[in-house]
Amino acid sequence: MFRFITRRTLGAVVTLLIIAACTFFLFFAVPADPARLACGKVCPPELLEQARHNLGLDQPLFVQFLTWVGGIFLGRDYEGLGYCSAPCLGFSFVNKAPVLDTILDRMPLTISLTLGAAVVFLFFGVATGIVAALKQGKALDKIASVSSLIGASLQIYFIGTLALYFLVYKNHILRQPGYVPFTENPLNWAAGLMLPWVVLAIIFTANYTRMTRSTMVEQLTEDYVRTARAKGMANRSVVMRFALRGTLITIVTILGVDLGTLIGGAIITEQTFGLQGIGQLSIRAVWSSDLPMLMATVLVAAGAIVVFNIIVDVLYAVIDPRVRLS
Amino acid sequence: MSNPFLSVRDLTVDFHTEDGLVHAVDGLSFDVEKGTTLGIVGESGSGKSVTNLTVLGLHNPETTKISGEIHLDGQELIGASRSTMEKLRGNKIAMIFQDPLTALSPYHTIGRQIGEVYRKHTGASKSEARARAVEMLTRVGIPQPKTRVDDYPHQFSGGMRQRAMIAMALVCDPDLLIADEPTTALDVTVQAQILDLLKELQDQTGTSIIMITHDLGVVANTAHNVLVMYAGRAVERGTVKEVLNTPRHPYTWGLLGSMPRLSSSVDIPLKPVRGTPPSLLNVPSGCPFHPRCDYMDLAGPELCKGERPELSPHRGHGDACYLTLAQKREIHK
Repeated sequence: MFRFITRRTLGAVVTLLIIAACTFFLFFAVPADPARLACGKVCPPELLEQARHNLGLDQPLFVQFLTWVGGIFLGRDYEGLGYCSAPCLGFSFVNKAPVLDTILDRMPLTISLTLGAAVVFLFFGVATGIVAALKQGKALDKIASVSSLIGASLQIYFIGTLALYFLVYKNHILRQPGYVPFTENPLNWAAGLMLPWVVLAIIFTANYTRMTRSTMVEQLTEDYVRTARAKGMANRSVVMRFALRGTLITIVTILGVDLGTLIGGAIITEQTFGLQGIGQLSIRAVWSSDLPMLMATVLVAAGAIVVFNIIVDVLYAVIDPRVRLS
Repeated sequence: MSNPFLSVRDLTVDFHTEDGLVHAVDGLSFDVEKGTTLGIVGESGSGKSVTNLTVLGLHNPETTKISGEIHLDGQELIGASRSTMEKLRGNKIAMIFQDPLTALSPYHTIGRQIGEVYRKHTGASKSEARARAVEMLTRVGIPQPKTRVDDYPHQFSGGMRQRAMIAMALVCDPDLLIADEPTTALDVTVQAQILDLLKELQDQTGTSIIMITHDLGVVANTAHNVLVMYAGRAVERGTVKEVLNTPRHPYTWGLLGSMPRLSSSVDIPLKPVRGTPPSLLNVPSGCPFHPRCDYMDLAGPELCKGERPELSPHRGHGDACYLTLAQKREIHK
């Protein structure tokens, strides 16, 4: 297990470096001059040159990339801006602050948003899926499949906006979405994120319902589930301990992908509810050609996917002992 | 013996499917005496497995229609409540399935799977159940049971898995053990070991066994009585000796003729039963075997296609065929 995790972590680092390189070189394929943006509206040629030099943009591309990578491991000195200690992701071209600080500042919001929503959609999705599988072909099953179809077809900006209008602005049932750190006031933390959680969950639940239902239906016909019944196990334990165990593999797989994606930035959700998370950072970085910030947000998104993939693989081994051998 | 341990009377099982009503079992009756083994023989789809899943109450109640009577030790099982059946299953009636690889849960250790049956029915503690699991593994001949008890099924060989399955079935000392083709998925040497083990355990515990199989060799080795099934009905019933030595039904002749024998010359070709088993959606009228039977002209086609033959005589060696006893003796010399 330890060797497996080490191997996968090394692989992850290589993957992330490749992604970083691609992002870096793609950035310079776009005709925008970050130095000009950094310099300001009125920009005499000497100042532009100075800005270009300060940002390191006068170096060859390859050298710039290596300097950037070196900064992550060794730290880096920026002329005119100060020293940035390792792991250094550079200074933002726009607000001149260390990128890492901004990312770390926004991270708690995105993590809160993701995990909170995950708790809701995981619970409702799996529960509905199990009920639908057990009531195959009955009214409850049909209601579940129709409502998941509707849920899956909805868009966040559509129901998000509707919910904001009716639940917040018109009827004041829920609080205006916003972020209060959990450590400061857990109640306000939950209240501020309630609406985004529910809206995200409505969209995501559908997938869990569908996948849980179909895998569960399959599992219920497995021989070992029949054996469990033949042993006199009560229906509840047959379903929860035997059939659900096989269904977990499917659930964990899609959960890994979803969590990875959401940590990388629930861009539309954050935009709809005006939350200042990683997603917002990344679009703003694109708009303002802020290379270091862009690199950082891409790395966070890719890193989240890679990390959750490793976690999912470890969980496979926990769930299914047959995986542990290989 | 006036009251057999298990008695099945006029059991009829129909399934609703998208294609129509499947008559899986039609008017089946049989008895199993205490401490004896009944072999149920027949081709795939003859209703052997369905019959026994019904005894355990493992059929899907939504799609299955059942009538008739099943008495276990005087207790009526058809229409018994779910909790009654749960208390019986694994406790008084246990089942061994065909393929132990798929029939054992891949997610739980062998010890846990054996132990949980014991805990469920005796209320034993975890450590007692574990000790019992080790004891059972020892009884079925698993080497180093104290360490193997924590293994998962995929760490066992095929034969060991079936031994573990038997240990699981016998952990509560059931009165009736239903073995559904317990050796089909195993190789031949292991088959013999498993059958010997079942016989040995039966001698020790006095369990009644229903051995479902399509292999007459298995029946000859293990069973006291035989029931030959065709298209959901019993076509011949008797002791092993009666049925294998003086078979009376053309289908039984067909089954025996399609089996290689050590005593017969290698030049005699094996004769398969011609035709294919009937669809249970549309069972032939009269004797369901008549489209495949070589002796219909002898018995009279109107008779064979008309009324369904009953098992006769009522007790002892009986068969459901319109040929006269003399004709049967003449044909099967």
